[in-house]
Amino acid sequence: MFEIVKKAALNPTVSRMTVHAPLIARKAEPGQFVILRAKAESERIPLTVADYDREQGLVSIIYQIVGAGTMELDTLQQGDCLHDLLGPLGTPTHTEGLQKVCIVGGGVGCAIAYPVAKKLAVQGCEVHSVIGFRSRDLVILEDDFRRVSDVLRLMTDDGSYGEKGVVTVALESLIQAGNRYDEVIAIGPLVMMKFVCALTRKYGIKTIVSMNPIMIDGTGMCGGCRLTVGGETKFACVDGPDFDGHLVDFDEAMARGAMYRDFEAHAREAACRLYRKEGEAHA
Amino acid sequence: MPNMNPHKTPMPSQEARARACNFDEVALGYTHDMAVSEAQRCLNCKNKPCVSACPVGIDIPAFIGCVAKDDLKGAYEVLARDTSLPAVCGRVCPQETQCECKCVRGIKGESVGIGRLERYVADWYRDNVSEPAVRAPRVGRRVAVVGAGPSGLTCAGDLAKLGYDVTIYEALHLPGGVLSYGIPEFRLPKRIVQHEIDALKELGVSIVLNAVIGKTLTVDELFDMGYEALFIGSGAGLPRFMNIPGESLKGVYSANEYLTRINLMKAYLPDSATPIKRSNRVAVVGGGNVAMDAARCAKRLGAQEVFIVYRRGMQELPARAEEVEHAQEEGVIFKTLCTPVEILGDADGNARAMRCVEMTLGEPDESGRRRPVVKEGSDFTLEVDTVIMSIGTSPNPLIRNTTPGLETNRHGCIVVRDDTGLTSREGVYAGGDAVTGAATVILAMGAGKNAARAIDEYLRQKRPS
Repeated sequence: MFEIVKKAALNPTVSRMTVHAPLIARKAEPGQFVILRAKAESERIPLTVADYDREQGLVSIIYQIVGAGTMELDTLQQGDCLHDLLGPLGTPTHTEGLQKVCIVGGGVGCAIAYPVAKKLAVQGCEVHSVIGFRSRDLVILEDDFRRVSDVLRLMTDDGSYGEKGVVTVALESLIQAGNRYDEVIAIGPLVMMKFVCALTRKYGIKTIVSMNPIMIDGTGMCGGCRLTVGGETKFACVDGPDFDGHLVDFDEAMARGAMYRDFEAHAREAACRLYRKEGEAHA
Repeated sequence: MPNMNPHKTPMPSQEARARACNFDEVALGYTHDMAVSEAQRCLNCKNKPCVSACPVGIDIPAFIGCVAKDDLKGAYEVLARDTSLPAVCGRVCPQETQCECKCVRGIKGESVGIGRLERYVADWYRDNVSEPAVRAPRVGRRVAVVGAGPSGLTCAGDLAKLGYDVTIYEALHLPGGVLSYGIPEFRLPKRIVQHEIDALKELGVSIVLNAVIGKTLTVDELFDMGYEALFIGSGAGLPRFMNIPGESLKGVYSANEYLTRINLMKAYLPDSATPIKRSNRVAVVGGGNVAMDAARCAKRLGAQEVFIVYRRGMQELPARAEEVEHAQEEGVIFKTLCTPVEILGDADGNARAMRCVEMTLGEPDESGRRRPVVKEGSDFTLEVDTVIMSIGTSPNPLIRNTTPGLETNRHGCIVVRDDTGLTSREGVYAGGDAVTGAATVILAMGAGKNAARAIDEYLRQKRPS
């Protein structure tokens, strides 16, 4: 069993769980993911590894409470166990030989971007980070990013913290200021990654994105996570989750991501009712 | 005096209209009298042609002889000598192309219902006998098995019976492989799979779930952990697509995904946490057993019309005749001699139709089957909201990419020296779909069994490490 040794809320809808999983901790690298099931009848949820401690055998995940599955996950507390945890899956983010990189993180995507930034910093790469959130109360990992970044630009959509504006504004100003990046690594909502790629294409900067499609087994068996990349069908679980952003068909990925929206909305409502009831019973 | 009725005792089954609306088992199994009467049709031939056609070499006349004498426990013991999964094999083996096709009774009439009798004996034993498993004396040596599907379970069971300490590493959260994620409840109830797995655990086999070899651990790390030999039964791999326009539309599934949602994740149950599309008109592309399973599942999930779209003719369908018949009885429509060229979508990216062309059969190709050729100008549109691609798989790269020295062929399948399953790496054996590409449960079991024997011989000659 995979014991939750620590759980903390990072903002009202985003939490971090640190789980005892020595086999995964031994191998995990930035960019890789795990698949978990909270309980015996739960769905399989893919989540990117947010951090790991090889010596203590710990793996951290950061998740946003968006649907029934993550709501159920969030009912588990320190000392409880995840029913299943599989990983590390996918190919690690390529970091070798990079001298200067701009990391662009959006919302909970920052949880995935942070370990990449940290690894690059440890390797001696110059790291510029642009992280964006809707508003001040949703900001996560600010201090962590500050520690590993040579330049940090924090953006909020409503201007309630940092600079007002979207991440592409800050990224473009950094590029125009004369920064020459080996790569931009963008991790966040599909629409953000799409616009980052549109911008970097204009400047001819190689851009890596981390895709998070619907997935079941995570080992290549189901093909549910397929994407079109450069006109070819790729499986995010074994070929990715990192891809050349200039080749990814984002519109298709966005349409596919919405496949179960109605089911998810119903499940979310049901989960809201259920957990609110449980909450009241415990109160 | 044998029962000389030329016909097999028919299998009682759920009526087609009723069963097409539920996931309960279709075939209900013989009664005791039916089983004894069917067993008496066996002539107990001296040269046992049926045994030579069984991939795991079950002594078929011996177990049937026991049934004929009403010694069901004796019959089970005969089966158990050669198969770890009799209740599974009795249900899903293609007996008509194996044991039963060699049956002498089949020359002037129908063969003995060997599969049905195997199922009867296994079910009877499960329901009536609860003897603790006798564990073989331990030999104190460890073997790892990769994958808890038919080949891995068989290999593990046989090695445990020889006294080895066997650990199976399984990637999914449940053991069983295709028996759990692929074959639907109505053909193979999951409680039966669970029971056979529990029986293996009683023999001393341990199963580690949620461990992908090639990711969580590598083959070399397993050796470092003290395993002295390995069997790789990692299964078929990645689903193929046709590379036609529209395959990424919503409502287009691989058969693997469709069946995994239903069987492993129980998406057919009303309170499942995992969704599946509730379709009206479904096209399943392909003609194998997996395609039949997907089509019959779609029907049970409430689809009004379900089509099998297959590029050759009815005669060429690779699925078992029984599966095709069952699908037809349940109302699945066979559109043979046609193939899709494009899937059309609506403005929201949902599949709405499939553009197809008709085919004719030309000269035989290298597989010996007549090659389908497109009939010019034969385009037509089939309105469907769901398309399920069931056109095979290609091997999973995770093990081959992380195991230096493991030889694979140009398709990516693991290469074995001979039928022992020995690979290019010392102490590493492989079998099942990872070696052959997609095949049957029983062939995988046969490979697991042969490898177990070879691993035993190998370890007897090798000094303990």
